[in-house]
Amino acid sequence: MTVTTTQKDLEGLTLTFVTEFDAPVERVWQLWADPRKLERWWGPPSWPATFTQYDFVEGGAASYFMTGPDGSKPAGWWTISFIDAPHRLEFDDGFADEDGYPVEAMGAVHGVVTFETVGSGTRMTVTSHFQSREQFDQMAQMGMEEGMREALGQMDAILADVAV
Amino acid sequence: MSDDLDRLFHALSDATRRDIVARVMLQEQSVSALAARYAMSFAAVQKHVTVLEKATLVSKQRRGREQIVSGNPHSILRAREALETYEEIWRGRTERMRDLLTDDTPPAQAPAATSDPEGPTS
Repeated sequence: MTVTTTQKDLEGLTLTFVTEFDAPVERVWQLWADPRKLERWWGPPSWPATFTQYDFVEGGAASYFMTGPDGSKPAGWWTISFIDAPHRLEFDDGFADEDGYPVEAMGAVHGVVTFETVGSGTRMTVTSHFQSREQFDQMAQMGMEEGMREALGQMDAILADVAV
Repeated sequence: MSDDLDRLFHALSDATRRDIVARVMLQEQSVSALAARYAMSFAAVQKHVTVLEKATLVSKQRRGREQIVSGNPHSILRAREALETYEEIWRGRTERMRDLLTDDTPPAQAPAATSDPEGPTS
């Protein structure tokens, strides 16, 4: 399967990922709508996510925590801002403290997810809008701590548009 | 820490600067050789090089009458890591989503519903 980063806008702080699944739109939508399915993919196997609250309606709130290999439990929250089943979902995703309250200093990443039928499958586009480079950096650091890094790819990732 | 990365991203947010970085990563070049490549003044190119220098993307040294610019791969790696980490997160997520779509059987144990520090082995 290919995950294509269609847009990496350093200035606009927007990252876009496009994925195609060999499954109908409704089934891909369910991976987001059903918290039991969601928690099976949101965190990697070494950092499984547990959603303790999941109110899948516009304006609804979600709370989750991840369980690290060291037993630490970083927590997060969502606010679902837009639902057009099974085509579009928008939500804010942020960090929470031990009591589940949002950590304001970290802000939130605004996610926009769209689902389109392509042949017999589904094209899912996830766009993450960051509020600041600092936030982007912090999120990246979290990712590193979660041990999700694999081998680095091509240098083109950053130097994509070198004039020849 | 974040200031460093901020400078890094700012330095790389300009197409000319990215081009300069790409060129000096391949081979060190004098500022005048770089300036000859762009439709802007020598002074403007020099300013770009200074921004890159402050972000530790390149270093500049005098050699006779020339200022030689060379790349610092370590800094590029850092900027790339920040971007690619986020990419990896989503790559992992979409791969797990695909696995779920092809195999919709429930897991042997509910994720993290156990105090087992190993977590599920799904």
